[in-house]
Amino acid sequence: MPRLKAGQRHWLHLTLNGKAVEGEAEPRLLLSDFLRYELGATGTHVGCEHGVCGACTVQIDGAPARACLTLAVQMEGAAIRTVEGLAPAPDRLSILQEAFREHHGLQCGFCTPGILMSLDAFLREHRRPNEAALREVLSGHLCRCTGYAPILRAALAAAERLAKEAGDA
Amino acid sequence: MDDCGTPPGTLHAAILRSPHAHALIERVEVERARALPGVAAVLTGADIQALTSSLVVGVKAPMECWPIAADRVRYVGEPVAVVVARDRYLAEDALDLIEIRYAPLPAVVAPRAALEPDAPVLHAGLQGNLASDRSFRYGDPEAAFAAAPHRIAVEIDYPRNACTPIETYGVVAEYEPGADAYDVLANFQGPFSIHAVIARALRVPGNRLRLRTPPDSGGSFGVKQGVFPYIVLIAAAARVAGRPVKWIEDRLEHLAASSVATNRATRLAAAVEADGRITALDWDQIEDCGAHLRAPEPATLYRMHGNMTGAYTVRHVAIRNRVVLTNKAPTGLNRGFGGPQVYFALERLVQRIALELRLDPLEVLRRNLVPASAMPYRTASGALLDSGDYRAALEAALAGGGHAELLARRDAARAEGRLYGIGYTAVVEPSVSNMGYISAVLTPAERQRAGPKNGAQATATINLDPVGSATVHVASTPQGQGHRTVLAQVVADELGLHPQDVRVVTEMDTAKDAWSIASGNYASRFAPAVAGVTKLAAERLRGRLARIAASQLNVATEDVVFAGGRIFARGNPDNALPFARVASASHWAPGTLPADMDQAVRETAYWTPPELTAPDEADAVNSSLCHGFIFDFCGVEVDRTTGQVRIDRYVTMHDCGRVLHPGMVAGQVTGGFAHALGAALFEEHSYGADGSFATGTFADYLVPTAMEVPEPVTLHHETPSPFTPLGAKGVGEGNCMSTPVCIANAVADALGLKDVTLPLLPARLAAHIHGPEAARPGGGAVPVAGGRQLFGEGSAMVAAPRERVWAMLLDPTTLAAVVPGAHDVQRVSETEFRAEVTLGVGPVKGRYRVALTLSDLDAPQAVTLSGGAEGALGFGRGTGRVTLAEDGPERTRIGYRYEAEIGGKVASIAGRLLDGAARLVIRQFFAALAAHAGGGSAPREGIFARLLRLLGWRR
Repeated sequence: MPRLKAGQRHWLHLTLNGKAVEGEAEPRLLLSDFLRYELGATGTHVGCEHGVCGACTVQIDGAPARACLTLAVQMEGAAIRTVEGLAPAPDRLSILQEAFREHHGLQCGFCTPGILMSLDAFLREHRRPNEAALREVLSGHLCRCTGYAPILRAALAAAERLAKEAGDA
Repeated sequence: MDDCGTPPGTLHAAILRSPHAHALIERVEVERARALPGVAAVLTGADIQALTSSLVVGVKAPMECWPIAADRVRYVGEPVAVVVARDRYLAEDALDLIEIRYAPLPAVVAPRAALEPDAPVLHAGLQGNLASDRSFRYGDPEAAFAAAPHRIAVEIDYPRNACTPIETYGVVAEYEPGADAYDVLANFQGPFSIHAVIARALRVPGNRLRLRTPPDSGGSFGVKQGVFPYIVLIAAAARVAGRPVKWIEDRLEHLAASSVATNRATRLAAAVEADGRITALDWDQIEDCGAHLRAPEPATLYRMHGNMTGAYTVRHVAIRNRVVLTNKAPTGLNRGFGGPQVYFALERLVQRIALELRLDPLEVLRRNLVPASAMPYRTASGALLDSGDYRAALEAALAGGGHAELLARRDAARAEGRLYGIGYTAVVEPSVSNMGYISAVLTPAERQRAGPKNGAQATATINLDPVGSATVHVASTPQGQGHRTVLAQVVADELGLHPQDVRVVTEMDTAKDAWSIASGNYASRFAPAVAGVTKLAAERLRGRLARIAASQLNVATEDVVFAGGRIFARGNPDNALPFARVASASHWAPGTLPADMDQAVRETAYWTPPELTAPDEADAVNSSLCHGFIFDFCGVEVDRTTGQVRIDRYVTMHDCGRVLHPGMVAGQVTGGFAHALGAALFEEHSYGADGSFATGTFADYLVPTAMEVPEPVTLHHETPSPFTPLGAKGVGEGNCMSTPVCIANAVADALGLKDVTLPLLPARLAAHIHGPEAARPGGGAVPVAGGRQLFGEGSAMVAAPRERVWAMLLDPTTLAAVVPGAHDVQRVSETEFRAEVTLGVGPVKGRYRVALTLSDLDAPQAVTLSGGAEGALGFGRGTGRVTLAEDGPERTRIGYRYEAEIGGKVASIAGRLLDGAARLVIRQFFAALAAHAGGGSAPREGIFARLLRLLGWRR
């Protein structure tokens, strides 16, 4: 493992939403700040910077993780997926995003990117989740607007549609 | 907010905050911070005060309110210095280099204690902590109490909590020296009356403070009104730095020092007839606004003034309102604003009446509700309840919410020995605040001198461009209420367009937009006022367009129809024009307009309801325009072992007038319910008796998650308000008023409790179920009356002779070698050490200055260590007694006992980690000492330093 010097900026190479990107980071720079300020990927939001609220959740090599508890320099060579990578095209939403829109799964939308990234990872692994399982996943996120009920409805609807599509395929 | 672009060269600010609840600032040393490369400016309280004026205080009292402390800190988290640097990381580095010497003072935390004659005084000019004391009398309460067969009373301590939007505060400020003008972008939510407060504090006229808000904001719930002191702070910093300055609040700052709801100590008594009818109320409220009375406080205390009788027909009311200051964070707007505090007392009282008179609580409610025939109903204290059929709504809720079944569930549960209870609440939900209600804090004579304040100006502008498409702008600040969705619908309906054809722009700019002091997004005014005035603007524009079209279609104006993107003659849809053609006529062919019409390009409508008059001579206050009605009931079960509360069913009936958008209304109800559930069961801004702040992270301040929040059964009983353009009333705050007390009533019913205090934590209820818990043996960390205390004892064996161990303990070079993070260990005298140490606890890393004194030396057997540590992140003091006993040759038994107290940010953040961390560190200490003494591979960590850390200055 390379030794990095505090106070020095180091070049990082990684993929962000499938595209190769590079940027500079001091060893202490948080991944959340690196994404937002170095790469300009502001879809990832920062709500607490101590790992509780879940707003900054991204996927690192497929697994959900808190960007605020990760140092950017740890990400050399990693594949990161953020909320910007969910939509299949600029003018189309993913099934999960569409379900959030239909069911009013967001109000202010600040916590939403993190929730989408957790659910996206979970629904990839779990085709027929029940409500209790989805509540458990959502419990890693704080939302102050919705009271969670519409989020849960959106998640259930998305799960159903994803299962149907998988069955059709 | 953080996504908004900043001008090139923008610098970043970080704020140093007080670790003390109450202390004099004796010395501030900033030179090391200034010298750090990348730092552009360091501002102390004195620097800021030289450039600004005190924020206006809302009562007539000799006190000031600054956004930063200069000579005295009054709460944990109060700003004491601002660093401006190239980036936020550097700015925070520089905070560590600022040295402030404090002289701690005794603190006062509880509102009743603040009124004691010997209480520490926060603001010397006040000669005490009472900022305002007003008594009100409506009807003849004394006679009613004398005549009533029963006097029933409750005493309430309502706790502090806050809505904690997931996006924190943010400000970008710039100063233009040539124009002496500030340009500020901030996620401020209004009311824009505060614009005047900010401009005055910055010593510029209003036209030299351009305040802009972003197109949307990551939640506010009232809280982002409280960003305004930081606008002053950052604007002043930008002026000094000569560059734009950006500040994004972090979560720890937000929890400690943004804007919390008031806690309140209330005594409420009712004069009650034998059948449960309340004839008079006697309120005694002591409002705790924290360390400063920050605008618009004490508005929390007066927002409900007109409806202090709730949904009931009580004609005789006495009210005494006192406002006190304590060593806690200043308060401000939070969803429900004043409602939870009032209704918790009132609805606990209603349940108490039922209990004491052995009546069905529902019967007590029914007998007291304002009847539909009395609407609009003028309450004793001056509110005009606009509309509603409370009784019908209640009965519909019982039927539709399955009340009978819930009673059966309670019976069944109780038959099995389970703890099951049912609670009820009826409240009126005020919305569209009268800008004049707060002036009720002044006497009628003082109001006379100040001039009348009233109304609730709302404004909307609709613009038609040269291709005839419509853009709407409102003076509001969206935080997730669906402004775009609802306003596009309202305008589209009026102009016969599709909602997607209408563009809604939601940024605000005080330099260019139509606005007024009442502008902003608060007091549940979006649907009743903002959407309403948008409809008025659309109606007027439609009227103009109809006249233009009428002449071209050759029909009367009243026969012009707008639908499907076309404008056509009634009865003859073929005689039609495209909407865009008529809408663009003012741009392309103004000559074709009717002679008396100047334009149909832009329509700005202002609307204020005439019902919102200023408080009158008798202090009657119509505090809000609309009053929705809510009736809630719920069934809860309390776990007999753990004390955990489970909501079995929650039913909430709303009369919010006309429902403009069912999805948005549902979102407001479930969202408000979740906030209220948090307040009822988990959330409290908790302070130690010394004013130390104990809930500084989201791991300590517990916001409910999807696991804790059930979905309420929501019902509607629509009675359109006669006073709003769309018939809508506010709906966003009601559950924050009704739900905490409804759950409390249910828990009281389940456990047979006379008094309940929020939040209903399992530990608190378990004490009711099982009796108080015995003290834990051994060491530990406990939040106690003096703040957070650590204590413990233990022993360890070291394979070295006693003299050698003794010598190691007293050797500064050994210490310097083994103390983790030590920059410097000095032996000041035979028995005094000083060190500078950097260490992290949990998420908090900081630099501390440690002073340690050895006393009661009994070489080589025992020594007492006492000392303290202080840094930006916290402080501590403690003592420990270490004993060394020979346990055979080359073996020494070290015994230790310690007691320590900690405070400041580190205690609030890492408090819950301290117990485990202390034990771990002690174990490591002795393991390392043993290794060191044995000449083995001693870890470089913490030997004595760690003991010092535990004993002398903590972590």
